[in-house]
Amino acid sequence: MSKVATFLKSDFVFRFRRDKVAVGSFIVVMALVLCAVLAPLIAPYNPYDLTTIDIMDSEIPPVWDKSEGDARFLLGTDPQGRDMLSTILYGMRISLTIGFFAVLLQATIGVAIGLLSGYLGGRVDAFFMRLADIQLSLSTLMVAIITLAVFQAAFGAELYSELAIFMLVMVIGIAEWPQYARTVRASVLAEKHKEYVDAARVIGMSQWRIMVRHILPNTLSPILVISTIQVANAIISEAALSFLGLGMPVNKPSLGSLISSGFEFIFSGSWWITVIPSIVLVVLILSINLLGDWLRDVLNPKLYKD
Amino acid sequence: MSDTGAVPLVEIENVEKRFGGAGGFLSSPQPVVKALNDVTLTVPKGEAFCLVGESGCGKSTLARTVIGLHPPSAGEIRYRGKRIDNLSTRERRPYNQKMQMIFQNPYASLNPRMTVLQTLEEPLRIHRPQMSDAEIRDKVHAVMRSVGNDPAWGERYPHEFSGGQRQRISIARALMLDPEFIVADEPISALDVSIQAQVLNVMMDAQKERDLTYLFITHDLSVVEHFGSQVAVMYLGTVCEQAETRKLFSMPRHPYTQALLSAIPKMDGTGVNHVKMTGEVPTAMDLPKGCVFHPRCPHAMERCCHEVPTLKQNGSSQTACFAVEEGRI
Repeated sequence: MSKVATFLKSDFVFRFRRDKVAVGSFIVVMALVLCAVLAPLIAPYNPYDLTTIDIMDSEIPPVWDKSEGDARFLLGTDPQGRDMLSTILYGMRISLTIGFFAVLLQATIGVAIGLLSGYLGGRVDAFFMRLADIQLSLSTLMVAIITLAVFQAAFGAELYSELAIFMLVMVIGIAEWPQYARTVRASVLAEKHKEYVDAARVIGMSQWRIMVRHILPNTLSPILVISTIQVANAIISEAALSFLGLGMPVNKPSLGSLISSGFEFIFSGSWWITVIPSIVLVVLILSINLLGDWLRDVLNPKLYKD
Repeated sequence: MSDTGAVPLVEIENVEKRFGGAGGFLSSPQPVVKALNDVTLTVPKGEAFCLVGESGCGKSTLARTVIGLHPPSAGEIRYRGKRIDNLSTRERRPYNQKMQMIFQNPYASLNPRMTVLQTLEEPLRIHRPQMSDAEIRDKVHAVMRSVGNDPAWGERYPHEFSGGQRQRISIARALMLDPEFIVADEPISALDVSIQAQVLNVMMDAQKERDLTYLFITHDLSVVEHFGSQVAVMYLGTVCEQAETRKLFSMPRHPYTQALLSAIPKMDGTGVNHVKMTGEVPTAMDLPKGCVFHPRCPHAMERCCHEVPTLKQNGSSQTACFAVEEGRI
């Protein structure tokens, strides 16, 4: 039997199919991710192409506003005259990219540190865990705001706007490694006293091999669960930083900077610039979190409800 | 196989093992548990050497110390006359091939994320890098067959097997490197009674075919009688008696051994003839002075409360008991 067929027949897929919330949120997440990935193909305009933007088109409401709506712009336009739909699709692309890579960075650092401190214990463990404690006592946003503000002041807004994606990934990625390190360490502590690890030691395997080949694969399920939640968290952090003006620049907006750019117009009646990207952000985060919750329930047999 | 003559296969000399103790920076000291106290044993080649004793007497700690999972706190462990307890992981490698271990719980001793084939191949891939894939596969199949497993099980995961099948898989893993010496830490106590005999027979067949030496830890005296050629009885981290199995069962000398053997249920209708002991086993954190058994021993005298008896040849067996030495029993 091929691996795909085995997977499709597995308990995991069976439980997934039975859970309507899981299927629903999976479809929503996949649809949004697909839209984001295919943005250059499906978006009616390219919001980064300045030649297509006309300032005369600014602040046009969505089409369902009969009096002022314009058939060219389905969801209206923003203060620069960019098509909202296209800008949201491109913005989601940026948000998801930052979320994904930031989590990749968090996971790499966190898993490595968690594995080392859990398996080696002693001073290595004490050092990294105290470091994690210190880092957790400072909120992610605070660390990020200070770092990004200092960077922006030191290198100027122009260079900053070019490096914004990279900086956001680095800052969000480094700020949240303790989540992974602690989770992985806890699983490693539980696994390393099991007899299969002793058996590996009796065979004479190196510590690296035991850690990577034997212990790590047995800690994957909690890693998978927190990864989904962490992607949502990273996207929220990015949105918050962008909202505060420390994230993506106006000419390459993410969902957060779009929300922020519409904020000053909200009382002049141009609600859609803020509200529509907010709805997209909320739906995206909610679906990812629901999916993560479901995954946690399935991978942790102690929580079986029925 | 070349005989090494007078040098026994494994020697355990004055081994002590303590857990806990000194606390580090910011952590308070833990109470010291004296798990092994001055244990001296010699395992000659070809024996099925059994260690018996009740729960918590240090049998498993001794097994794990011998195989190198715990470093001893004091004393030496020698393999064919070479000291092995202080070697680094790298220096120990040749001995890893010669000494293997079978664990108690077959549900925990196999990695749940690896197929049977991966589990069995791994020792060969580490220690015999020159072997080709085909040679490795042939070897795995041969060993699987020798322990009574179907080689076609290779692609499956441990959770798909029963306890007895898993234990045979872990015996196969221990045999992959053609070891001389196997430490078996209660290999059948987690199994169904109906499966125990079967697994025991697999181990005995392997011993005959491969000229193995076992250090077999158990608390089941009927297994010792069936399986062992030598027995050492442990109580509270010390060896109190060591003898050939037949001799120990026909004439136990140490008062603890006598009490232990009298606890075996008898089917011949001669009635119960327990040696009743008073009190509880003292904790290993606070050992009694003198002979560790004296608070519960019916033959204890003044001397037993102050002096620690050592294992000495007394007639047919080695005992650590003043009463036996002085001819009071």
